[in-house]
Amino acid sequence: MVRPSRSYRVFQGVNGVILSLVVVVTLYPFVNIVARSFSGERQIRAGEVTLWPKGFNLTTYKIVFQDSMFWRNYGNTVFYTVVSTAVAMILTTCYAYVLSKKHLKGRTALVGIAVFTMFFTGGLIPNYVLITTLGLKNSVWAIALPNAISVFNLLVMKAFFESLPGELEEAAQIDGLSTYGILLRVVLPLSKAVVATMVLFYSVSFWNSWFSAFLYMDSSDLMPVTVYLRNMILGATGGSNAGAGTEQLSQVGANIQAVTIVLTSLPILCVYPFVQRYFVSGVMLGAVKG
Amino acid sequence: MSTSTKSASPPGVQDPPAPAPPRKLSARVSWRRALRRDWQLYSLAVLPLLFFLVFRYLPMLGNVIAFRRFEPGGSMFGEQWVGLRYVEMFLSDPTFWQVFRNTLWLGGLTLVFCFPVPIVLALLLNEVRRRALKRFVQSVSYLPHFLSIVIVAGITLQILATDGPVNHVLGLLGHDEIRFIQEPEWFRTIYVGSEIWQTAGWGTILYLAALTTIDEDLYEAARIDGAGRWRQTWHVTLPGIRPTMITLLILNVGTFMAVGFEKVLLLYNPLTYQTSDVISTYVYRTGVESNSFSYAAAIGLFEAVIGLVLITSANQLSRRTVGTSLW
Repeated sequence: MVRPSRSYRVFQGVNGVILSLVVVVTLYPFVNIVARSFSGERQIRAGEVTLWPKGFNLTTYKIVFQDSMFWRNYGNTVFYTVVSTAVAMILTTCYAYVLSKKHLKGRTALVGIAVFTMFFTGGLIPNYVLITTLGLKNSVWAIALPNAISVFNLLVMKAFFESLPGELEEAAQIDGLSTYGILLRVVLPLSKAVVATMVLFYSVSFWNSWFSAFLYMDSSDLMPVTVYLRNMILGATGGSNAGAGTEQLSQVGANIQAVTIVLTSLPILCVYPFVQRYFVSGVMLGAVKG
Repeated sequence: MSTSTKSASPPGVQDPPAPAPPRKLSARVSWRRALRRDWQLYSLAVLPLLFFLVFRYLPMLGNVIAFRRFEPGGSMFGEQWVGLRYVEMFLSDPTFWQVFRNTLWLGGLTLVFCFPVPIVLALLLNEVRRRALKRFVQSVSYLPHFLSIVIVAGITLQILATDGPVNHVLGLLGHDEIRFIQEPEWFRTIYVGSEIWQTAGWGTILYLAALTTIDEDLYEAARIDGAGRWRQTWHVTLPGIRPTMITLLILNVGTFMAVGFEKVLLLYNPLTYQTSDVISTYVYRTGVESNSFSYAAAIGLFEAVIGLVLITSANQLSRRTVGTSLW
């Protein structure tokens, strides 16, 4: 090991400063929103709130908690996430398992069918027309079905299945298990890690999604909480719909927005420290092994 | 494009030569025998195939409404051929050219600013010797990636609001407050800035992975040859992550036209249309909001085809010049 030179130590110092800045810039907006959500309106308007709540109060939380539409939409989000993730897991697992069988005739074509859709898609309008024609509007299926397989997740799972020792499956086959039996009783129990990762991948993306619901749901009763938040943002930015919108109104809106942002991202922030590394390993698996 | 031969490789793989003999063998197995032997496996593929057929390939065919008159409630493939009518319509539509320009601007700026940031960040992180510190910085920088785009837009708007922290700092510096959200000249900065904020950390993952695969001996050799830190970075580290860089660059070029549709939709408003309105948001408004489905489909198809051409040519170019390609 060569003794670090003076210029290298200077570099290390500068590097530390830059990375600290990255941390601050990344976290600050979020900390600020949390602080605002607990702050008084007057202090927010005066621009006093930075890292810590000023004029601490829970009034805005009370207002949001009493809004039945918020709860209904929050419930919708949970429901959509659960149903969509379940559908996605079933389809993705089945296809990934099929694709992982190297001896299967026509496998390359089956992979190609999936991979091609990563580069060319039908586009917004044909999709919209399709969902409408199929009569899926205003149902959870408009969200769950069109997003049932993410090709990226599919390839991650396929790579994992391919890495399992083939002898186990052969042994199971000799013991008289059918393909379905092997998948359910041998392969899946061995794949808990990747299954858990995929469930997380899918559920986070469904939890965060808003556009499908926005597009295909007609009444606000059916909206997920992300669309609730989106409508609130739109109301507060002035722009088209809110018209003149007095300054007063948009200030209250800003406060409620902060609370809604916090509550909507809360589940993700709670699980984040525990699941983050699974995501990282999943992404690397998908990219490196394919 | 891809149903045969090597198309199986997803991003980031330099096809390891597949063992040839078993493949040749299975090629000789007739379909009848393959079906009899593996019918259970094929049956598992039925539902997923149906999914791809209905929700991915049918919409591709559905694009024919760009050349046919479509009536709401009628067939999803339209009622009668009208030729290039809708294409001519959008080509002579001044709004189309404006959103086309905006798309190129936003796509170009995103490419120029969002592509290098993860590389630099990964190089910096790689120099951190204390593991705990490195892991902490990484965990924090990934965080925005996990938030809904609605939340990111909400946070962006709050931070830039007239009573937000940015304007507060401007006020302390004696600057007048800026109505960031209403001013067209600010839109591109806001868009690219929030994009970097959300994606930079996550983008480092693959580069960090690539960095760990570089052979330590190469650094040793470079040091013996008298290379300093900078020259080691230039001659060893950067070439080491070049395949990853090129793969991600190709992918970025491929999504060039489809610039952050959802984010633009959340951040823009009529006051900023002159810089913020992009092809996909225009398609959304003309199609879904104004019910001009065929017209919007024509524009959308145009966008998708350019995207496909871009990614294919970027892939070809990189295969010819540096020997790395996605397929």
